[in-house]
Amino acid sequence: MSAISEKLYRRRRLKNNLALALASAATLFGLFWLVWILWTTLVNGIGALKPELFYQMTPPPGEDGGLANAFFGSILMSLLAILMGTPVGILAGTFLAEYARRSVLGEAIRFVNDILLSAPSIVLGLFVYTLVVRQMGHFSGLAGAITLALIVLPVVVRTTDEMLKLVPSQMREAALSLGIPQWKVTVQVLYRSALPGIVTGVLLALARISGETAPLLFTALNNQFWSHDIAGPLASVPVVVFQYAMSPYDTWHVLAWAGAFMVTVFVLCISLIARAIIARRKVAND
Amino acid sequence: MTNLNLAVATSLNVAAPAAVQGTSTAKITARNLNFYYDGFHALKNIQMDIPEKRVTAIIGPSGCGKSTLLRIFNRIYSIYPKLEARGEVMLDGENILDPRYPLNRLRSKVGMVFQKPVPFPMSIYDNIAYGIKHYEKLNRADMDIRVEQALRQAAIWDEAKDKLKGSALGLSGGQQQRLCIARAIALRPEVILFDEPTSALDPIATGKIEQLVEELKKDFTIAIVTHNMQQAARCSDYTAFMYLGELIEFGETETMFTRPGKQQTEDYITGRFG
Repeated sequence: MSAISEKLYRRRRLKNNLALALASAATLFGLFWLVWILWTTLVNGIGALKPELFYQMTPPPGEDGGLANAFFGSILMSLLAILMGTPVGILAGTFLAEYARRSVLGEAIRFVNDILLSAPSIVLGLFVYTLVVRQMGHFSGLAGAITLALIVLPVVVRTTDEMLKLVPSQMREAALSLGIPQWKVTVQVLYRSALPGIVTGVLLALARISGETAPLLFTALNNQFWSHDIAGPLASVPVVVFQYAMSPYDTWHVLAWAGAFMVTVFVLCISLIARAIIARRKVAND
Repeated sequence: MTNLNLAVATSLNVAAPAAVQGTSTAKITARNLNFYYDGFHALKNIQMDIPEKRVTAIIGPSGCGKSTLLRIFNRIYSIYPKLEARGEVMLDGENILDPRYPLNRLRSKVGMVFQKPVPFPMSIYDNIAYGIKHYEKLNRADMDIRVEQALRQAAIWDEAKDKLKGSALGLSGGQQQRLCIARAIALRPEVILFDEPTSALDPIATGKIEQLVEELKKDFTIAIVTHNMQQAARCSDYTAFMYLGELIEFGETETMFTRPGKQQTEDYITGRFG
């Protein structure tokens, strides 16, 4: 090897090491905060776990209690949101992918959907506040669920659209060439192929809404007592965490940590399930 | 004008096949067939007959329009926007390009097998039964028989019979392609279109498919697009040579490969271009 190329080689190696060091430092910097947040939640959360969390109501200051009403409210509103958002989202996504793929209308809807996807959730909360809460005259779990559904909707539209687009066009051709009408092909063949992806999308939407606080403040508000009346105010974990964490009472702080921990674990589980579905799908496709 | 002459020559060739056992009438007849791909003139005035219960191979270099032509015969092209076929394609005397011709009836008569085997994401059994269910209400036992028949006819029964409930995606490429053939013939079509059915397969799997095509022509009219000239020579009765969207020559395979009428055909077949 000549002297010049040796010099060039050393310089390139130096550059490589420098870039690698910078990239690693950036990764570590990012991870540091993330791990810190998770660690704090974990330590404080696990310390606050106790069976009463699941059967006692959110207490007034100074008393012992649990988060049962908040868990129930969160589950109820999230389920309702998924039930409202998923069918509409899947139908809209199907329309985009199968019937309006290359059309101007399709592109316009896709663009608007992307805006909705990244709209601040507080804006959606205010929207539903005006549209539902003001009309009903009071806060309600239903309004909360509708707000969450508006967050679910664009996620499901997007994933359904994307997942159907990933189904190879040969699959469509093969099914259509049997003389089977397009809607049947879509429902019976294409959905089957895209299902894991769509389910993953719904799960990720569920993970996303389970931590939403701002939109619920304007809509479901909160409720100190057990309630399964969706026409009235409902408690939810994120809102309770928000309220309790801001309070000056230690007992409330402990409950807030417990709530934060539970939501984090829930989101983690959902993400793991979603990843498992994606991994299995990859194996099946190979 | 040359095209018209060609049409005459074509029908003469079809009318008097010498090497092929017995005579055969035209199952599909294309007349003045033009195809436009978003304004691009992809097929130019095609005149062609596909004889009944024979294998017709369509050969030619990439981009010559051979797949395009095949995809007109079951109007599968029409699922994409901006594609347009003009002219006449008669199937049993009816023009399938007529918008009033029911599309799904056409496709139940004219099955198709594609380049890449695409089994549906269901069991082997359901892959076959799915299409049948759309047309016929069969009880379990009758359906079992139909599925077995189709799988046997496509020479995949022995490999599949023990895993009918297993996913079709677990089969090898060659097996998947025979499954796709079984899926097409399960509907008892009259014509089967093969669009480069072996280009994704290894030589052994290819051999099996070719043997199968030979078998199937007893019951079906077959049109096969291939870029493999040996394949065309091996398993077809008639060959159409296409170049730049035109049908250059059509005739019995033996004649086409030994005494082609046109210089272009000879050049392509002998490997001078393409």
